[in-house]
Amino acid sequence: MDFSNRSRSKAGVWCSRLVCEGRPALVLALLLSSAHAQPQPPVDSMAWRVQACSACHGDQGRATPEGYFPRLAGKPADYLFRQMLNFRDGRRSHTQMRYLMAHLTDDYLREMAEHFARREVPYPPPLRPQAAAQVLAQGEALVRQGDAARALPACVACHGAAMTGALPAVPGLLGLSRDYLNSQLGAWRTGARHAQAPDCMAAIARKLSVPEVAAVSAWLAAQPVAQGGRPLAQLPGPAPMACAGMELR
Amino acid sequence: MTSRSIKAWLLVAALLLLASVATVAWLNLRGEAPAPQLWREQGAAAPASPAMLEKGAYLARAGNCMGCHTAQGGAEYAGGRGIETPFGVVYAPNLTPDAQTGLGRWTADAFWRALHHGRSQDGRLLYPAFPYPQYTRVEREDADALFAYLQSLAPVHAPARTHQLRFPFDTQAALAVWRALYFRSGEWQLSKGATPEWNRGAYLVQGLGHCAACHSARNAWGGSLEEGLLRGGMMALQDWYAPALGGAHLPRQELVQLLQTGVAPRASASGPMAEVVFRSTQYLSDADLQAMAVYLQSLPAPAPPAVPAARASDAALGAKVYTQHCAQCHGAQGEGRPGAINALAGNRAVNLEDASNVVRMVLQGGYPPATAGNPRPHGMPPFSHRLGDAEIAAVSSFVRQSWGNMAPAVGTIEVYRAREKRRH
Repeated sequence: MDFSNRSRSKAGVWCSRLVCEGRPALVLALLLSSAHAQPQPPVDSMAWRVQACSACHGDQGRATPEGYFPRLAGKPADYLFRQMLNFRDGRRSHTQMRYLMAHLTDDYLREMAEHFARREVPYPPPLRPQAAAQVLAQGEALVRQGDAARALPACVACHGAAMTGALPAVPGLLGLSRDYLNSQLGAWRTGARHAQAPDCMAAIARKLSVPEVAAVSAWLAAQPVAQGGRPLAQLPGPAPMACAGMELR
Repeated sequence: MTSRSIKAWLLVAALLLLASVATVAWLNLRGEAPAPQLWREQGAAAPASPAMLEKGAYLARAGNCMGCHTAQGGAEYAGGRGIETPFGVVYAPNLTPDAQTGLGRWTADAFWRALHHGRSQDGRLLYPAFPYPQYTRVEREDADALFAYLQSLAPVHAPARTHQLRFPFDTQAALAVWRALYFRSGEWQLSKGATPEWNRGAYLVQGLGHCAACHSARNAWGGSLEEGLLRGGMMALQDWYAPALGGAHLPRQELVQLLQTGVAPRASASGPMAEVVFRSTQYLSDADLQAMAVYLQSLPAPAPPAVPAARASDAALGAKVYTQHCAQCHGAQGEGRPGAINALAGNRAVNLEDASNVVRMVLQGGYPPATAGNPRPHGMPPFSHRLGDAEIAAVSSFVRQSWGNMAPAVGTIEVYRAREKRRH
């Protein structure tokens, strides 16, 4: 996977809209004010140990709605932990993530996951919808109802009516960019992304057509985040299909 | 030319060809005593003592057998990892005692021949991606312990993957020629004048440790004739520079600490070395690591570069990028943060004449290995998507030429090449 689908500034540097579109002074002011507001954590804290993550996933794993990289803050710890194992052990493919995880132990990865799961960082408002109303309606219908005729479960059946995920291991679907959502569903369809078997999301994604993936991603990326983005304490109902990703480990 | 003289010339040519084939064959097989027994029936392995198994497990760590013989996320020692070489990909085979796909029907004699002479059970010549040019120095007793340990693993059924090598490198004939040129099977020789500690270090470094596989320069054919000196070299395809190991570039205790924990005050194990520490050296005893350090520091230190370092053309940009992105962790004077973040001032990796490792670190960041001695390492963020080639070149040059560092500047084109070739 690379970053070629993202826009480049004139300077040839990847950057967020805020920085690239002429408001660096504002960013600097924000950074300085936050530096004054909070004392720096000690160098042996987890915040320092996970500096490597912030370059892409944002300060405290907050990400940004403009960027490609997914948010980590507030996601269920078990979900984050498994994804790091998946990168390290080759079930998910991303050269940079694999490289960073390659020589870290399960214990340490779990600690990192718990660190990010505990971050309570406000979500920014979503971007304006980036698709036609008809497409968005199709996306919403798939997310909320699924398609019984194809035994396609609704996203909300596991990810919750507010789509903020459920403990211990179902991630929220909001606050992610359309590009990221498209890319993940696409990777499941083509077999580039895996989870432990039975891999429910791979089975679901393979039932979706390319336009359906685009519709679901476009609609999800445009939704505001409810209940502070906090995941449900448990699955909203019985799981519609077998899924190793939901089991506690 | 008469038909008679043509015939004479043909005869001469045929004889010459025959002589070269015979020479290559002789160079491949010399010193090899016929192995008493190469195959064994299933279930006929003699049980090994717990002490022997423990020794074998330790030696398997020292040789990092697992490093190549385990696929990403796969069963340990069951093979399947592809080793990229300039000649194609060589897949490491299954070392578990599975009768069909592993070493289940091997004998200790066959294992010894593979380690010592680089030949498989069926007589095939083995590719030197399996570092038998170094393992040939492993003593028979150690080879037997190693074999006993591998035989004690749970068998895993995992058929070997076919190597993906280009012609002619996929032929046994080409391999035979390579071996005739670059491989000598050897016995481990104690150096009488040296201390037992030095000898132990030399044995581990030159044998199972196979440090020379990376830390020596290679020619276009992947051969090295000076590997004992560990003068350092570029790792083919990986684009990491494995530095020279001779001389006391770190205090001895810091070198031991680096091998044991992955970090030391002015160094950390990155890239391929992170894996070596993670899977191998962190498990070695204090005494063995001390011995290795003693031996390595007794090797000649690399000569300083003859030409003065080229100065950076854009020092102002380098300083600006450093202040913005690096100083928060590495400090305004490149002093780092003790116990957490490496100092850049006086850092050997930063000062290597070849800038590959600095550029790779800026592009990809990385975590030193999580080890028993440093279970929660601090990580460096990747900057490949945040900084352009010119900025990375400028900041790399800046850290190489500030605070007393005096290494050659880095050009934009070097960063571009590193970015394009980045694979791992």
